[in-house]
Amino acid sequence: MEAAHGHAHDHGHEHVPSGIMRWVTTTNHKDIGTMYLWFSFTMFMVGGVMALVIRAELFQPGLQVVQPEFFNSMTTYHGLIMVFGAIMPAFVGFANWLIPMQIGAPDMAFPRLNNWSFWLLPPAAMLLILAQFVPGGGAGVGWTLYPPLTIQQPMSMDLTIFAVHILGMSSILGSINIITTILNMRAPGMTLMKMPLFCWTWLITAYLLVAVMPVLAGAVTMLLTDRHFDTHFFNAAGGGDPVLFQHIFWFFGHPEVYIIAIPAFGVISQIIPAFSRKPLFGYSSMVYATASIAILSFLVWAHHMYTVGMPVQAQLYFMFATMLIAVPTGVKVFNWVATMWKGSLTFETPMLFAMGFLFLFTMGGFTGLVLAITPVDVQLHDTYYVVAHFHYVMVAGALFSAFGGIYFWLPKWTGKMYNETLGKWHFWLSFIFFNMAFFVQHFLGLAGMPRRIPDYSLQFADFNMISSIGAFGFGLSQLLFLYIVVKTITSGKKAADKQWEGADSLEWTALPSPPPYHSFETPPVVR
Amino acid sequence: MTRRMRNGLWPAVAVSLWAGAASAEMRLNLQDQHTALGHAIYDLHTIVLLICVVIFIGVFGAMLYSIVYHRKSVGHKAAHFHENTTVELIWTVVPFLILVGMAYPATKTLLAQRDTSAPDMTVKVTGYQWKWQYDYLQEGVSFFSTLVTPQAQIHNTEPKGENYLLEVDNPLVVPVGKKVRILVTAGDVLHAWYVPALAVKQDAIPGFIRDTWFKVETPGTYRGQCAELCGKEHGFMPIVVRAVTDDEYQQWLAEHQGKQGGGVAAAEPARAVSPEPAAGAAAGAQVAAADGKAVYGQTCQMCHATGLAGAPKPGDKAAWEPRLAQGEATLVSHAINGIRTMPPRGGNLTLSDAQVKAAVDYMISTVQ
Repeated sequence: MEAAHGHAHDHGHEHVPSGIMRWVTTTNHKDIGTMYLWFSFTMFMVGGVMALVIRAELFQPGLQVVQPEFFNSMTTYHGLIMVFGAIMPAFVGFANWLIPMQIGAPDMAFPRLNNWSFWLLPPAAMLLILAQFVPGGGAGVGWTLYPPLTIQQPMSMDLTIFAVHILGMSSILGSINIITTILNMRAPGMTLMKMPLFCWTWLITAYLLVAVMPVLAGAVTMLLTDRHFDTHFFNAAGGGDPVLFQHIFWFFGHPEVYIIAIPAFGVISQIIPAFSRKPLFGYSSMVYATASIAILSFLVWAHHMYTVGMPVQAQLYFMFATMLIAVPTGVKVFNWVATMWKGSLTFETPMLFAMGFLFLFTMGGFTGLVLAITPVDVQLHDTYYVVAHFHYVMVAGALFSAFGGIYFWLPKWTGKMYNETLGKWHFWLSFIFFNMAFFVQHFLGLAGMPRRIPDYSLQFADFNMISSIGAFGFGLSQLLFLYIVVKTITSGKKAADKQWEGADSLEWTALPSPPPYHSFETPPVVR
Repeated sequence: MTRRMRNGLWPAVAVSLWAGAASAEMRLNLQDQHTALGHAIYDLHTIVLLICVVIFIGVFGAMLYSIVYHRKSVGHKAAHFHENTTVELIWTVVPFLILVGMAYPATKTLLAQRDTSAPDMTVKVTGYQWKWQYDYLQEGVSFFSTLVTPQAQIHNTEPKGENYLLEVDNPLVVPVGKKVRILVTAGDVLHAWYVPALAVKQDAIPGFIRDTWFKVETPGTYRGQCAELCGKEHGFMPIVVRAVTDDEYQQWLAEHQGKQGGGVAAAEPARAVSPEPAAGAAAGAQVAAADGKAVYGQTCQMCHATGLAGAPKPGDKAAWEPRLAQGEATLVSHAINGIRTMPPRGGNLTLSDAQVKAAVDYMISTVQ
């Protein structure tokens, strides 16, 4: 191990420019992974402040804090920034750090492309933020960008469309890199079915991204030409159809849900076995279940559109297909619980987040099943029930998994150990405030409160107040997370090379903590 | 500032807590349903939820058992199994069967929900930024329905009323026990007509007409809202349905038809094109005159501005002369019904007769 350290230093001094240029020009997967993660956290804070503006306005009935136009713009950019700026880059960050180390590769397949994939993100984020300050203000259309409302919006809409283009390009390039790395750069003996599940989930996710990001790019381009060149794709008066946009958008949008969820499954599938000290139950069925979910995700898009007035036959098909997703998703949850069964469990922060994920994601899955039932969905569509449902999947699912992943790998990445007590505080605060913010939204939705409204009737007052208090608590708890991470990096205690007793993938067994700047220059041999 | 905020905030919190407690039971479930379909949906939701709860208890019961008894701190040693084909097969097949069991009642309810055949009456609902229009197609009654909650209540300078944000000037009035078919469309952007207690939600799509239906069981007032984001006043275009006995309905109908002079002519009042949507939710601006120039700009100019397919251009006196000779009424009728290459209503079927007429008059005005 000491030898490996020395080796790393040599390289560091030979090739790496110092200061800001190190980060601008870097082609190192670890540097790029770090940048993705910090970028994602920054966007998480920006999107979080927007969420708090929304919850501040909804604290009480009546308009107190903002005007409706600004409120609508907040819901729009909160959604876009969290999905494209926070969650997706977070998991790309994990992919960059972990995939080469887990398959025994020296770096990503296309290091320069990797650099560019990352550096496309800041300009896109700047466009999204700049959109708030151009004449007319931000676009108030929701992250789903449905026309004809999109056509009426000020120029911020165009900035948003270009931002989506750039973000999509970044995702596609990143995915190409991931697919190529996994298929071509595995160490000798590392067969596909021996890969850690995290790599499998990213391989599948990357295919999803390559398949659907161009569809989204097409949809927003059609919006752009409808806005400026009178193309009438989505205008009935010109022979188009507003619902066409929804079909195209959700053909992207539903796989997008799994693009966010599947890498989260991968992280959880690394953490739970490690703290159960027992191999993942049903590894191959996990791989098949993930692949089935990915394939099914292309076949269910119109369940987001049960109220547009599709033929009843189409509604029946989409209802059945959507219900079917419960099967592979169920298999995954059962496998995770079976992994814990008869293990030797300990409950460090990563495990708490993983179990929190399991608990809350399953609740999101159940409300998903409720929403799959078309007649019930017709009642709940576009109400707070849907808002609660997808926040359970996205926040309690993807975000909790990302937090778990950070605590799990931070000792490996930095070579330093975080403060376990503070980590547990972070978990419990997040868990309690998250439920306070979002559980009550199920009740609001059932009782009929529409989403995306800046003001509401008095019957919804109590739960909205509870939800807002929970949201502020959840938001503030994340400052604790920032403190923990910074404290770990600056003054954490030395972490062991194999910090977690039950961890068994290559980054733990074959590399020191922190790993050398260039790891696996000679590939390890896997059994 | 802090003191003022504190002074202002706490009474407000207290008032809203009180208002919340007074106005409703903190409702935990779907609203009480007042249609047969609504009851079916309510029960369907209950069944699905119960199944979910049972599975939830099973799965997390196992997890909890594991957490308590299989922890390292009580000295539990990890087993080494990592697969079991029988178990894995069972937990793939059993959920599948449960889903099939759920699909049966869901399908039955869905088929009933989408069966809009044989209605007793039909009302066309049109969503605009930001109000609703109701056209009783056979009865010849038509009116707009807008929010009446005063701005002062919205901006917190007056205490909020009982039906804050859920009150309109002209509610939709329907008889109980009759199957009411609703044709839903929109004049500008997407809207959605949503009344929770009647289990109805249908997107309103400009340029297309979709239908749904309900049959109210009990007389009463049912309140809902627009459910599809439609711009800044999206939260301020409520829906109120007043269900009355058949006698009361007939009486209401007679009054309403009488008020508008009766007959079919009343079915086509001038519609608000809302060129300036900032009219405000509570402004109550109901029936604005059809703006011929705006209609021309939205629809007619696509062909008429360039003379596409022989369309006479505004200002082109020579082209208009023989047409004007036929009289304005004939021109309006042609514009409504279509002639030669011109589609009915210029291809925009959401235009009312009055709007088409206004557009024709506008074009005529350019050559006179």
